[in-house]
Amino acid sequence: MSATHAATESAIAAAQVPDYVVRRPSGFYRSTNPGTKLAIAALEVVAAFLLPGWIGPPVVLAAVLATAAVARRLRGLAAFGLAASPIVGSILLINLFLLPGATDPITRLGPLAPTWSGLWFGLQTTARLLAFSSAIALVYLTTAVDDLLADLSRRGLGRRAVFVVGAAVQMVPLTIERAGEILDAQRARGMDTEGRFWRRARGVLPLAAPVVFGALTEVEERTMALEARAFSAPGRKTLLRTPADGRADRVLRWVALLALAVVVGLRIAGRLG
Amino acid sequence: MAIELSAVRYRYAGASVFALQSIDLRLEPGRVLGMVGANETGKSTVCLVASGFAPRVVGGQLEGSVRIDGVETAVLRPHELAQRCGLLLQNAATQLSNTTATVFEEVGFGPCNLGLPVAEVVERAWWALGAVGIEKLAPRDPARLSGGEGQLVALASVLALRPRYLILDEPMSELDPAGTRLVADALVRVAAETGAGVLLVEHKTDVLERIADEVMVLERGAVALAGAAAPTLADPRMVELGVEPPARVRLERGVRASGVRWSDRLAEAVR
Repeated sequence: MSATHAATESAIAAAQVPDYVVRRPSGFYRSTNPGTKLAIAALEVVAAFLLPGWIGPPVVLAAVLATAAVARRLRGLAAFGLAASPIVGSILLINLFLLPGATDPITRLGPLAPTWSGLWFGLQTTARLLAFSSAIALVYLTTAVDDLLADLSRRGLGRRAVFVVGAAVQMVPLTIERAGEILDAQRARGMDTEGRFWRRARGVLPLAAPVVFGALTEVEERTMALEARAFSAPGRKTLLRTPADGRADRVLRWVALLALAVVVGLRIAGRLG
Repeated sequence: MAIELSAVRYRYAGASVFALQSIDLRLEPGRVLGMVGANETGKSTVCLVASGFAPRVVGGQLEGSVRIDGVETAVLRPHELAQRCGLLLQNAATQLSNTTATVFEEVGFGPCNLGLPVAEVVERAWWALGAVGIEKLAPRDPARLSGGEGQLVALASVLALRPRYLILDEPMSELDPAGTRLVADALVRVAAETGAGVLLVEHKTDVLERIADEVMVLERGAVALAGAAAPTLADPRMVELGVEPPARVRLERGVRASGVRWSDRLAEAVR
């Protein structure tokens, strides 16, 4: 533990910060330091893209799935996978039928000819995409946003950058909530949002416009509210909580960063095929 | 020691007309100045200008002088303004940072920004929560509060900065009668205990009658009426200015109009 980290922890303990503020996550991987998880995710993303197609993505996917299973976040990961399935499916289909230069047809389907090259390339690409997105999703599923923000602040990231990260992540559920409220309001005024595709499609604009414009008009008020709370004060912000960062965390982090550097180095040297 | 506005005119960026025509105002420490007026008369703009956030943060054109304790607001940076003058806007949802997991951390957000020692942040957060009577909300998620609770948390968040002046734009608009009483009492207490001056924009004239020392009525960006709270709120021109007088005043008028004698005992009973 660094001296600064220890000093912050002892100040927090001495000041009797309430337990619900200091809260420490428990459980496998969930209690791992957010910075360490980010380093591991970075390694997984780089490995998924830089290692050869039939080694990198499957290894990363296996590692992410195993970690998610032990951390009991497999169901959440499956939801992410399901959300990504339209993109994955379309990539696979486009490559299967339309890969430029592919001349090894599997069969003929009228004017279309799926190819073996297209199939392999599509599978490799979707595997990379799944490995990449699941590595990021695992960080999201095992890390509380405020833990991540506290850790980034502790590591010296500027308060504006930390705020942007936090606000961006928090914006997703807030926007969904607001969209639900606006949808209810539009329905109450007679807008038909169910039934046939075109009928539902017509409802998109009356829903999207208030969501987008509402968010934009709030920006000025939010800016003032932040400034009214000394957001732009100089110096370091006080932390009321610090995520755990033990020896195991630090070792794991450095190993991940070292491995990342090795993979990038081998790729640059042309040793990864 | 005071917030002083002298011959202030203000125009928002891109606007062709001045939202404030000619405002003179003085808010002294420990005093509560109420401000009323119909919609679009410039009350919120006065709040922004008096706190120094307009034009410093929102832009626009300012004429005249705005001083906080003798210092022109134009030379103060936003975090310096925040420590001198707490500003709370109408919409509670936009007053919260959206980056904290508990109300306690939300209230401590401002003191943390100032880099105060942890012990002082904790002490200020508990004090502010206590001042508004919402200690029980401390462990709750700020994103899951009702509108009224959100207003109380936003108010506590501003109090935690311990500014010398508080500028509050309809801080009770979403509160029920009990919540309104709670906040009104808290404001009086804060003004008395800390010596903070309070500029309170409020449509609930009953509240102003109870807690304000002086009241100012705006019309089209200018001061239409100003003076001690009770006589100003009882001024017959209030209705023409789009402001509903307090219930006591309306009752007194009704009683007198019906030919019944309005006695001091009756007035006391109504209070």
